[in-house]
Amino acid sequence: MKRIISILLENESGALSRVVGLFSQRGYNIDTLTVAPTDDDTLSRLTLTTQGDDHMAEQIVKQLHKLIDTIKVVDLTVGSHIERELMLVKIKATDNDIRTELKSCVDIFRGHIIDVTPATYTVQLAGDSEKLDAFIEAVREMGIMEVVRSGVSGISRGDKFLRV
Amino acid sequence: MELLSGGEILIRALKDAGVKNVWGYPGGAALHIYDALYRQDDVYHLLVRHEQAAVHAADGFSRATGEVGTALVTSGPGATNAITGIATAFMDSIPMVVISGQVPLTKIGQDAFQETDMVGVSRPIVKHSFLVTRAEDIAETIAKAYYIAATGRPGPVVVDIPKDVTDPSHKVPYSYPSEVKMRSYQPTDKGHRGQIKRAVKTLVDAKRPVIYAGGGVVIDNASEQLIALAQALNYPVTNTLMGLGCYPGTDRQYLGMLGMHGTFEANTAMHHADVIFAIGARFDDRVTNDLEKFCPHATIIHVDVDPTSVSKNIDAHIPIVGTCTSVLTEMLAINKELKTKPDADAIADWWTQLDQWRADKGIYTASRYEESSGSCIKPQDVIKMLYKITNGEAIVTSDVGQHQMFAAQYYLFDKPRTWINSGGLGTMGFGLPAAMGCQLAFPDKDVACVTGEGSIQMNIQELSTCSQHKLPVKIINLNNAALGMVRQWQDMNYSSRYSESVYEDSLPDFVKLAESYGHVGMKITHIDELEEKMRKCFAMKDRVVFMDIDVDRSEHVYPMQMPGGSMRDLWLNKTERT
Ligand SMILES: Cc1ncc(C[n+]2csc(CCOP(=O)(O)OP(=O)(O)O)c2C)c(N)n1
Ligand SMILES: [Mg+2]
Repeated sequence: MKRIISILLENESGALSRVVGLFSQRGYNIDTLTVAPTDDDTLSRLTLTTQGDDHMAEQIVKQLHKLIDTIKVVDLTVGSHIERELMLVKIKATDNDIRTELKSCVDIFRGHIIDVTPATYTVQLAGDSEKLDAFIEAVREMGIMEVVRSGVSGISRGDKFLRV
Repeated sequence: MELLSGGEILIRALKDAGVKNVWGYPGGAALHIYDALYRQDDVYHLLVRHEQAAVHAADGFSRATGEVGTALVTSGPGATNAITGIATAFMDSIPMVVISGQVPLTKIGQDAFQETDMVGVSRPIVKHSFLVTRAEDIAETIAKAYYIAATGRPGPVVVDIPKDVTDPSHKVPYSYPSEVKMRSYQPTDKGHRGQIKRAVKTLVDAKRPVIYAGGGVVIDNASEQLIALAQALNYPVTNTLMGLGCYPGTDRQYLGMLGMHGTFEANTAMHHADVIFAIGARFDDRVTNDLEKFCPHATIIHVDVDPTSVSKNIDAHIPIVGTCTSVLTEMLAINKELKTKPDADAIADWWTQLDQWRADKGIYTASRYEESSGSCIKPQDVIKMLYKITNGEAIVTSDVGQHQMFAAQYYLFDKPRTWINSGGLGTMGFGLPAAMGCQLAFPDKDVACVTGEGSIQMNIQELSTCSQHKLPVKIINLNNAALGMVRQWQDMNYSSRYSESVYEDSLPDFVKLAESYGHVGMKITHIDELEEKMRKCFAMKDRVVFMDIDVDRSEHVYPMQMPGGSMRDLWLNKTERT
């Protein structure tokens, strides 16, 4: 099962490598990983996704907690939550039919075309990972040149929040 | 405020952290620090002969005293030599601070002379690490390092200090923090009260209980509480390799060590238990044998200070995260008030069964090995003799191999912090330097290093350190002329093909070797000379004595769990099994 784990981390040198090192050391995979400072620049917010059953997820959360630099850790997948991922896709768009088809596809997925050349379209799309996967499938035939995904960012729904 | 250089600040901060001795080895990146050490008398430095030994010695000091050990090494090879020692301490949760010199900040990342990314290299084997980038940060970092090392589940902390940060010409104000607070680190102390109540009730209702106590009880100084609880309930206790001594080895309620080379009675009791109270233990694979077949009837209560240890290998029915001392203290109080008492008949039946197992196939009552005769000295008998001559009161360190298991089985430790061994990492070469640390801590105690001719050669150079710093440890070398534990596995699993476990004729003359360092060497080849010579050895209070004892080369360690079996599936000797 896919897990989205959110971490508040001291924004210190070496902190990120400890998180990443923990995963390889304990034999867990990281599928996606995003890190950036928050409104408080002494903190980093990190979201990572991994696969695992309940037992494994519990161990991962506990192991992450044990790192000295982590302040809070939650498995967002346990409660209701929102996940978003940003994707940029460069697609070969030389002939007009493809351009038209691509545009309508981008509209259906509520994306944006953010760069155009005579030979290419670059599309920006945000959503959950399944939506981004679906878009890739939809345009695969047209000729994908490059895909850049940000990895998942997640936040819990409702009144709950992760803060120091 | 006083102005000090980074090097001076470091030494002053060590003093303020309560450090009295540091084991180390100098080199370029640490020279400013060594110069600051030279100009003071508060912190005593002991020069070793290899950085691995510095870390093991600091580790031995810590295990014997409960204080945080300290090692100091230079960058590059000094730092990498320390790694095995750090990993050893990490696996056994030993509080320790290792300070490493680093190339100047201006050179970091340039493949400078003796540059190693120490924080990176040590990352998976430390509790935490720091790279200090300003002299102003040294005191606070040291305070944090000692706090982190000693609290929660203890462990080694690395403090890496670039050379320019200790520059003698750059002076900054010194102040040592009066307390350490970290928002990201707040170790748990007390366990969940409701869970503790449930645990006591479950324990009291048990019909076939076993208390399974590990190194956590030693580390947290919780022996007294453990003994009180076990004796209030009249329940049997087994200790892990790391827990030996936390429950008295000579007590009637003690079943001996459990696990791979544990006693028949302890392993069999675990298998049949209906309630297992695990405290400060972590269901290590050297204890449980096959997890699928582990203790099929047991309700498991698991107390540990580290949440990641609870329900990691075996799901606990009643998990409790808290320190051993605080949880046991609460359990004692709850038990006192509780109206229900253990079912006396059931417990009496259980003891009848346990005593039967002990009498039938027990490790101490029946002779589990052929006795020594003539020039065939049984290693077990050497340990029994050591026990007799030291009145069971020595601090015993060991290396890794058969000799370690014989020591663990046959020296009955009555007190915690008297059995000092590398349980988790199993580091050959640990015994001698660890013994130095113990001897420094307890100058008047007998400190015996039980070792093998293989292990002792991994840090034999420390015989020189013993001379320089007057550390009169006694070395009990169970010389079986082989990497005995390797050979045992080769006997059992590889049709006695002794691939690289024997040395042909290359062993040194250990007596002459000891003498060349200025120590006393003794060779024992006959059982009749053992007692007298060992008495002489321990009578020489201020000398290092190296007893090189030829022991039976064909002896194996038994009992031994059968791979893939349950805890009670054991080889009892070369031909008999359960
Ligand atoms: C540093 C290190 N290398 C290898 C091993 C694997 N090993 C475990 S026991 C052993 C043999 C030890 O021989 P010795 O010290 O003579 O003890 P004996 O088993 O003969 O009593 C070896 C090689 C180890 N534990 N540590
Ligand atoms: Mg040997």
